[in-house]
Amino acid sequence: MFLLEHLWIIPALPLLGAALNGIVLRRQAHAVVNTVALGSTALAFASALELFREFSALAPTSIPWGENFFPWIWAGDFRADYALQVDQLTMVMLLVVTGVGFLIHIYSTGYMEHDGGYGRFFCYLNLFMFFMLTLVLAANYVLLFVGWEGVGLCSYLLVGFWFHKKSATDAGNKAFWVNRVGDFGFLLGMFMIFRNFGSLDFARVLPAAAGAPADPAGHFGTFTWIALALMTGACGKSAQLPLYVWLPDAMEGPTPVSALIHAATMVTAGVYVVARSHIIFLHSPIAMAVVGVIGCVTALFAATIALVQTDIKKVLAYSTVSQLGYMFLACGAGAFSAGIFHLMTHAFFKALLFLAAGSVIHAMGGEQDMRKMGGLRKQIPWTYWTMLIATLAIAGVPGFSGFFSKDAILSAAFLSPYGGKILWAIGAVTVLLTAFYMFRLIFLTFFGKAEYDEHQIHVHESPNNMLVPLVILAVLSVIGGWQAAPALWGGENHFEHYLAPVFADAASAMEPSTSAMNAHSIEQQLTLVALILAALGFFIAWWLCIKNPKLRDTLAETFSTPYRILVGKYFVDELYAGAIVRPLLWSSTNVLWHGVDEGLIDGTVNGVAHLTGETGDRVRHVESGNTRSYASWMVLGAVVFTSLLLWLAVH
Amino acid sequence: MVPISYFVVLSALLFGLGVVGFLFRRNIITMFMSIELMLNAVNLAFVAFSRAFDQLQGQVFVFFVIVVAAAEAAVGLAIVILIARNRQTLNVERVNLLKL
Repeated sequence: MFLLEHLWIIPALPLLGAALNGIVLRRQAHAVVNTVALGSTALAFASALELFREFSALAPTSIPWGENFFPWIWAGDFRADYALQVDQLTMVMLLVVTGVGFLIHIYSTGYMEHDGGYGRFFCYLNLFMFFMLTLVLAANYVLLFVGWEGVGLCSYLLVGFWFHKKSATDAGNKAFWVNRVGDFGFLLGMFMIFRNFGSLDFARVLPAAAGAPADPAGHFGTFTWIALALMTGACGKSAQLPLYVWLPDAMEGPTPVSALIHAATMVTAGVYVVARSHIIFLHSPIAMAVVGVIGCVTALFAATIALVQTDIKKVLAYSTVSQLGYMFLACGAGAFSAGIFHLMTHAFFKALLFLAAGSVIHAMGGEQDMRKMGGLRKQIPWTYWTMLIATLAIAGVPGFSGFFSKDAILSAAFLSPYGGKILWAIGAVTVLLTAFYMFRLIFLTFFGKAEYDEHQIHVHESPNNMLVPLVILAVLSVIGGWQAAPALWGGENHFEHYLAPVFADAASAMEPSTSAMNAHSIEQQLTLVALILAALGFFIAWWLCIKNPKLRDTLAETFSTPYRILVGKYFVDELYAGAIVRPLLWSSTNVLWHGVDEGLIDGTVNGVAHLTGETGDRVRHVESGNTRSYASWMVLGAVVFTSLLLWLAVH
Repeated sequence: MVPISYFVVLSALLFGLGVVGFLFRRNIITMFMSIELMLNAVNLAFVAFSRAFDQLQGQVFVFFVIVVAAAEAAVGLAIVILIARNRQTLNVERVNLLKL
């Protein structure tokens, strides 16, 4: 019971690590930095495991378990405390964040070894862990928002980690600004929640929401507005349309950062918030539809862009956007546990993909263009095999983790009353695209002949501290989905069962429209279709990259317009630049800066000062220093006063 | 009895002479004497009114004015002597260190 009563210890550990590395132990030897950073993260992971043990022993009635540590903001009716809580959802997030986070910390000791900012890097990384743990442990929206903004800050710091590169600082800024748009929505959502429920504590808001009548279909009521506002925040943080643009650019950061923050943990915060607030979303049919459609369209949209990218990390970035789309599709279909399930398996295999890509980049001496790689599987076998396992997982090959989670999402999309055949169809097409772009990545990187100068680049396998996390994540990418395996032959999905207490309301709202037996046979058919599509994707990738590479260029020429649109990423960045950034910049410069700031504010202040000076300059000539002129003024004054007195006396 | 208006007019004339002298002469001593003239013009008015209204306050005022004028003369003449010593001039136009 110790950790349950002292939940604060878990986020405090990485915070301590960050403080030590960032303030006390600056510019120490790598061994010192490693001890502090890895030690604090390992302890956090160990604490999470111990917490899991204690938590499992709790009676179901005392879940969610909450601890209120100290009052934080009290103002009138408003109360927000430093209060943490644990339920099954938090537990899953905790284990994923600390576990994957720890592995990525280990990996970073190898990847960042020759970087000048070693201590700074681990300080930021630990700080990120602190905020992420605050986010998932928070017992109210306000504290969650602190974690939410904190991870955004760390994302900004780590994307712009190599701040001497203009592109990196620009990418950091972009991530920050785009997230501000989303955060605005999140804040509005919090305001509306407080206004309607008088509190921001999960323990008060969510039961109150569950008891309130739902918004009727097609009606924009309270729940709809709250849910849409929260979804805006989730779109920003989790890189969904239309706010996904920052994530591909965020790949400017070091690769372990891409793996930890921009694939496994931070970007899933939006999914977590939607799942945490699922009662609010379930009370609004419009919001559910919006979440589902955004997720589904984003999944397809990002996957099409990933088809033609040549930068290995950009492919993975768009793939992440696409997979996050799947998670939102699951939430929109009401299958929140499937969304969280995919969140977990995705954390394993996408972190692995990024780390393996980092290992490839490391082996190639910094090269990221897949066209300049090729034939690497012999030189870096460990990287190749682990990356292949992750690819099989994301492509949805049976037995691997991604298969189970994606299957759960697609069948939910098809069967759920919130879903529909169109959502399922788009998701299924995305399965094909996913398989294609992932195997294209594998084939271009590891197969074929070497496209680089073998005299210049000496390909070398990464050191063990980078390979061990790869292997562990590879194992997790395989077995990470097995809890759901019994569902395939009609048994129970253990993961779903574990989360069932959290999503009890969702389950009751999701009465299947067809009978259980019928649903099961439909599920099996859907699985089969998804498998065929994935196999097709693999086959096309093989055909275009191994069997007949010339065909790729022919295709690109034949379909030059769509090809250019895809390479240009649908020109969304250009659209935003033209429609939003440049008008904003223009009006800020010409209206707000030159007009309001310089003209009005400076003008008023300077004008008053100028007026005073000018008046003084004119009037000072009265003070001539000449005795006779003073005397004249005195006489003049006396005459004026006397005249005044006389005039008054007469009248 | 001489009417009060005679005294007042005389007082005004003397005061006016004092003002004119004060404004238009450049010699500090002359200006000083013009001030005395103005003070005494006022004194004359005080005494005249005192007598006309048969009240003593006016005459008491006159004594005060004489005392103040004596004190002023003592300080003022001391200043004049110092200026004369330092500047070798009594022209007030030249005493203008405070001028911009």
